[in-house]
Amino acid sequence: MALSTERLGLYNPAKPMENRLTDLGPRHFWQYFPPIIQNNYGKWKYHEILEPGVLVHVSETGDKVFTVRCGGCRFMSVEHIREMCDIADKHCDGYVRFTTRNNIEFMTDSKDKMEALKKDLQSRKHVSGSYKFPVGGTGAGITNIVHTQGFLHCHTPATDASSMVKAVLDDLFDYFQGMTLPAQLRISMACCLNMCGAVHCSDIALLGYHRKPPVIDHEVIDSLCEIPLVIAACPTGAISPAKTEEGKKTVKIKEERCMFCGNCYTMCMAVPLADKEGDGVTILAGGKISNRISPPEFSKVVVPWLPNEFPRYPDVCAHVKRIVEAYAADANKYERVGDWAKRIGWERFFEKCDLPFSEHLIDDYRLQYDTYRTSTQFKYTEAAWDVSRAAGGIE
Amino acid sequence: MAFEPREEQKVLKYEELRIYSDAELHNYTDEELKNFKVKHDIPDVDELEKGPWPSFVADTKREALHRKKLAKDRMMIEADVAEDLLGQLQVSFDDGETHWKHGGIVGVFGYGGGVIGRYSDLHERFPSIAHFHTMRVNQTMSKFYNTDYLRCLCDLWEYRGSGLMNLHGSTGDIIFLGTFTEQLEPVFYELGHVLQQDLGGSGSNLRTPSCCLGKARCEYACIDTQDMCYELTNHYQDELHRPAFPYKFKFKFDGCPNGCVASIARSDMSYIGTWRDNIRIDQEAVKAYIGGEIPPNAGAHAGRDWGKFDIQKEVINLCPTQCMWMEKGKLMIDDKECTRCMHCINVMPRALRPGKDTGCSILFGAKAPILEGAQMSVLTIPFVKCESPYDNIKAIVEKVWDWWMEEGKNRERLGELIQRYGIPKFLEVLEIPPMPQMVTEPRSNPYIFWKSEDVPGGFERDINVYRAKHKR
Repeated sequence: MALSTERLGLYNPAKPMENRLTDLGPRHFWQYFPPIIQNNYGKWKYHEILEPGVLVHVSETGDKVFTVRCGGCRFMSVEHIREMCDIADKHCDGYVRFTTRNNIEFMTDSKDKMEALKKDLQSRKHVSGSYKFPVGGTGAGITNIVHTQGFLHCHTPATDASSMVKAVLDDLFDYFQGMTLPAQLRISMACCLNMCGAVHCSDIALLGYHRKPPVIDHEVIDSLCEIPLVIAACPTGAISPAKTEEGKKTVKIKEERCMFCGNCYTMCMAVPLADKEGDGVTILAGGKISNRISPPEFSKVVVPWLPNEFPRYPDVCAHVKRIVEAYAADANKYERVGDWAKRIGWERFFEKCDLPFSEHLIDDYRLQYDTYRTSTQFKYTEAAWDVSRAAGGIE
Repeated sequence: MAFEPREEQKVLKYEELRIYSDAELHNYTDEELKNFKVKHDIPDVDELEKGPWPSFVADTKREALHRKKLAKDRMMIEADVAEDLLGQLQVSFDDGETHWKHGGIVGVFGYGGGVIGRYSDLHERFPSIAHFHTMRVNQTMSKFYNTDYLRCLCDLWEYRGSGLMNLHGSTGDIIFLGTFTEQLEPVFYELGHVLQQDLGGSGSNLRTPSCCLGKARCEYACIDTQDMCYELTNHYQDELHRPAFPYKFKFKFDGCPNGCVASIARSDMSYIGTWRDNIRIDQEAVKAYIGGEIPPNAGAHAGRDWGKFDIQKEVINLCPTQCMWMEKGKLMIDDKECTRCMHCINVMPRALRPGKDTGCSILFGAKAPILEGAQMSVLTIPFVKCESPYDNIKAIVEKVWDWWMEEGKNRERLGELIQRYGIPKFLEVLEIPPMPQMVTEPRSNPYIFWKSEDVPGGFERDINVYRAKHKR
């Protein structure tokens, strides 16, 4: 049965439950493994990165699979996917896969095929000049940035995602195609605190953030939203019931208690937070997921806010690059950004990355005590002398 | 070894299923594309075509031109949907705010998830994206595909939707971005009847589970991540499609503690492959690493001159438990002290391999910051054997869900519920004893919630008995 071209296809709106198929689940994976993967499933012995973006995996059977990894946008058109299919048909017997970080992986069973594939991939460019399938994203470098929907599809963003990722990766392109860093460096991007991308454990996280409390649509809030749910949605108890001058039920907000999380807006469309001047980008650093050497870590806020400079975010790009370059210059081999910051001390991290330290970076939410330094072990940096001076301790 | 689907699946052949002819698929030239201008003025969006990284704008324009040149009756929604999307993006840049309306309840009959309603608040200016609903399509495990399957999806989505998608969404689904309400059921029927393919999860239900690439192409994988993910996804189809939970619930399967699918940071129930015997050592290969014959870390650091490989400095001294040493030219490991961090194995994959007696650790409760701050999963069950059909794991899942559905508040994730009740209560639910591995250190306050039954005689006391001994 071919795909239908009828306006409503196989669906009959007069009998919506007729022939309804449910709970089929995903298609089974085994049929999508190329033969070399099926034949060597569970038998892989070791792998090697032959050059940035090219891997070989060697099986106990002696088989080798060569993988070429390409970066790409997770937002893509069917035209792009069809081109991907053409490549897979030409070089890879019609198989292709995607990584968790939205890279595209083409696999071949011989080195010669891999070389032809790689050449083909590198030659493909959009008419306006950008690569369609840049090869890279392996080893001690920067791989694709995982991200969220932003202005292309989301109703709660404090910034855009695809454009920021494009700008940042243009800037860090050499790190994508190289393996010159002390360890892998994972950048993630989420356009609001809901973090569809779960960026909170990344070496560098870019996070859209609101800075103005919700503005209340008094006229409709009572008819569109469950006011008790809106009140309950606030983690700091900043929202309470109120009445308008005309006596309509609404809410009021204790502005000094708002931490701009947007949870109320998730529950109720009548309390939007988005604001051109208020919204911007927070940068976090030092998180990771791997258990390697040190346990997984949360990322920490290192830049409280930068403006949304659409479409290319020069300030965000510059800050990211500063962190990457300071890390590249100073960290030990195998040391992730967070491990490096811990070893040199966060005070030194701010100094080496040339980032100002403001009161915004000191936790004053619920578990703040966990981050208090209760020790006399610290390093002297300019920020420390500033404090001593301000306290009258030194000239 | 081979895996079979639960029910037989027909092989999809694009040639038999396709909608568009070759002529329709190749309906424009590069020259036309170079000269193509979308119908809206989008100066800032155009800026995003510059630079080496793949441009999503260049790609979207390609789709826009392709649609423009298809016959009108060869698409069930408007041809200029991609152009309107870029137009709205420009206005969003100008305004510094999104132009998608809040929510919108749409879906397919009988399912509470898989479709996310989306409407433009600029529908008069951009009528072709007035509706721009998302459909989540359950990806294959580890995202391996063949081109027959992908081409079918492309034809289906270009015909009945915008032709724009995400490969993949954050949770792992294939995301179809943008169609009108009318086409939701038709897409669902085509997916089910023609492609034997179901939607994924959204809302307060089991979200589409996902896994790392596992044994398909990784020597570190300690569990069959694909098979586990497939089996649990299919076993819990009802929970995936029909929201009955307080909030979302995520399963993710990592084959080893490297955690490529980030289960420890973003799943309510994280399955992470591990082993309980000894790391396998090939002493000859260790010598080859020391002698510089094999690049360390599989060549991951080849872009910079880090000097000669030094096993003492790069492996032994970095071992977090200091359980390795060299003895008479051989690498020794005190495996009972090893915490399986993977560092030595990552540095010397040809010399060291995970053990053979494998299973997974189960951790619970990870989530992003909304609401009470981010949480990572807490190590709760150190080792579980993972053999199909994973009945031992399903038994654990169901205990957790029963408790969470009973006690969880609206929009309370499992991790928050565990914090609200404390790990001791969670252990009671799981019917497992406590172990020191569940915490980084024991509590430093003595505020123990002793129960009446813990204390001889219980809490029930008589003040008169007390007063008989102690005058007021």
